[in-house]
Amino acid sequence: MDWSALSVSLRLALGTCLILLPVGLWLGRRLARIQRRRALFEALVALPLVMPPTVLGFYLMLAFAGDGPLGGLWQSLAGTSLNFTFTGILLASLLVNLPFAVQPIQRAFEAVPDTLREAAWCSGLSPRQTFWRIELPLVRSGVVSALALMFAHTLGEFGVILMVGGAIDGETRTLSIAIYDRVQAFDEAGAARMSLLLLGISFLTIGIVYGLSRRGGRRHG
Amino acid sequence: MAERGHGDQKTAGAGLNEGHGEGLNVSLHQAGPIPLAADFSCAPGELLGLVGPSGSGKTTLLRAIAGLTRVSGGHIHCGGEAWFDAERGHSLSVQARRIGFVFQDYALFPHLSARDNVLLAVEESAEDARLATAHAWLSRVRLEGLEDRFPHQLSGGQRQRVAVARALARKPRVLLLDEPFSAVDQVTRRRLQRELALLRETLTIPMVLVTHDLEEASSLADRLCVLHGGKTLQSGPPETLFRAPASPQIARLLDRHNVFSGEVVEVDGARRLAWGSYWLEVDQGLEEAMLGQTLRWYLPPSDVVLHRRGRPSRGERENPVEGRVQEMVVLGGVTHITLAFGHDVETLRFEITTHAARRNGLARGEIVQVSLLASGIHLMQGASS
Repeated sequence: MDWSALSVSLRLALGTCLILLPVGLWLGRRLARIQRRRALFEALVALPLVMPPTVLGFYLMLAFAGDGPLGGLWQSLAGTSLNFTFTGILLASLLVNLPFAVQPIQRAFEAVPDTLREAAWCSGLSPRQTFWRIELPLVRSGVVSALALMFAHTLGEFGVILMVGGAIDGETRTLSIAIYDRVQAFDEAGAARMSLLLLGISFLTIGIVYGLSRRGGRRHG
Repeated sequence: MAERGHGDQKTAGAGLNEGHGEGLNVSLHQAGPIPLAADFSCAPGELLGLVGPSGSGKTTLLRAIAGLTRVSGGHIHCGGEAWFDAERGHSLSVQARRIGFVFQDYALFPHLSARDNVLLAVEESAEDARLATAHAWLSRVRLEGLEDRFPHQLSGGQRQRVAVARALARKPRVLLLDEPFSAVDQVTRRRLQRELALLRETLTIPMVLVTHDLEEASSLADRLCVLHGGKTLQSGPPETLFRAPASPQIARLLDRHNVFSGEVVEVDGARRLAWGSYWLEVDQGLEEAMLGQTLRWYLPPSDVVLHRRGRPSRGERENPVEGRVQEMVVLGGVTHITLAFGHDVETLRFEITTHAARRNGLARGEIVQVSLLASGIHLMQGASS
């Protein structure tokens, strides 16, 4: 069992979820309300979904390189490269998971009628209080879906991570890549153990999501 | 009718407060996107009904009072305080205006219980006092025992009551009601209207009710304000409006029939209104009119008196006219009769008891005589309709 690969995968998934959650809330809420050029912004957010992972990974690899636009900037700021580092695959993961963070939350915000926000203002709640006490509880199922999708998708991501990060032990080798490495090394038993673990984690995630959204569904009718 | 009389009494008291800077004063004007030319006021304790067809700007005005919709011109004052003044670029936030708003779909927070919905609007700081206030309001709207229910566990009528309690729990300075009875069945509607009529007796703030239901507006409101295309056309107690609409357009908006045209003439030294071959006596307004002028006139159905066959009775000498029964609609105990005249395309509508209609042997095509009471004939300025 490659415990360091599990650790990289979990850290990557948690980091992605934590960073993208506020982004998803902000963007999802905005996209649910804007009228003009909404289709354009929605298409931009959805772009990572339709791009082949290896193509996206290839472009990211170019951008992350020391002489690339992002890699150069990072090099001058942090003194290290982005390619073949955990920071690099985290950045790639954020980009890949953007649609999973935004779309479920946007759908949830769209389902909250405008009159509820107006009723909250009329009841004396400030816009900030309205967000925390009215809007956020009402989009909870969307938030849970987004978290689950991001978490599961990051655990399974392969192409982009391999292109950007390679398979450096403890740094960029995720569980999915480790499984591939085991198979390449004819260690089918090792691959099977790790596959089972990944399957278990995925199943647990989905279970939690359905459990949470059903509880929410019962309460809100 | 009894309820309407009660409304009139209220207005007499409320009218005194007008023009003293108290209550709600609204004057909103803009060319677009929704054209508005609205001026009206609502005294403390008064219930003003904004009526008009859909798209007449009723809800826009209500939202503008609340601060939910921005209007480009005009002002809104409440209790002497400026809520909105376009010239000074001043507009208080929704929160600072302190309004109670009952939305058409109630807009209850689905994730909160009835108690928490109301509690959210309560402003006291101590938790005990907050709970007590919320409980008191829920009791006022007769929802004791249902405090823990969520909106989806309540009936339509109960939801409306939660919405009313929530709107009042904040001790608002104005209560705004946007079609509050449109989402419930008729039996519930009657009950809720009764409850609102009782509740409002205890309220001393201006109340504005938006509705497209004229019957509802006239039974609940002290005064009605007729809107069309964002423009306030006439306001006054329901009875006054129904008896004396200022123009044929207002008569039509108020679902009044019996609008005709006549010419001012002089017969034997007295002013008369020539209508076909009849010279009608009119109690008020003829002296001010110009001789030869064509006027539109209106007669409320209550001021049409049917002559009993073969038994002359009092008042039959007053403007007797002859018409042919064009339509007879029996609706329970009341029969609606439409009379056609040879000289006017417009028809005269009035109601008599079904019993009286039978006794007089009324039937389609029959020729009958009616009196048009001189005191009821209302002359309107402007020949256009």
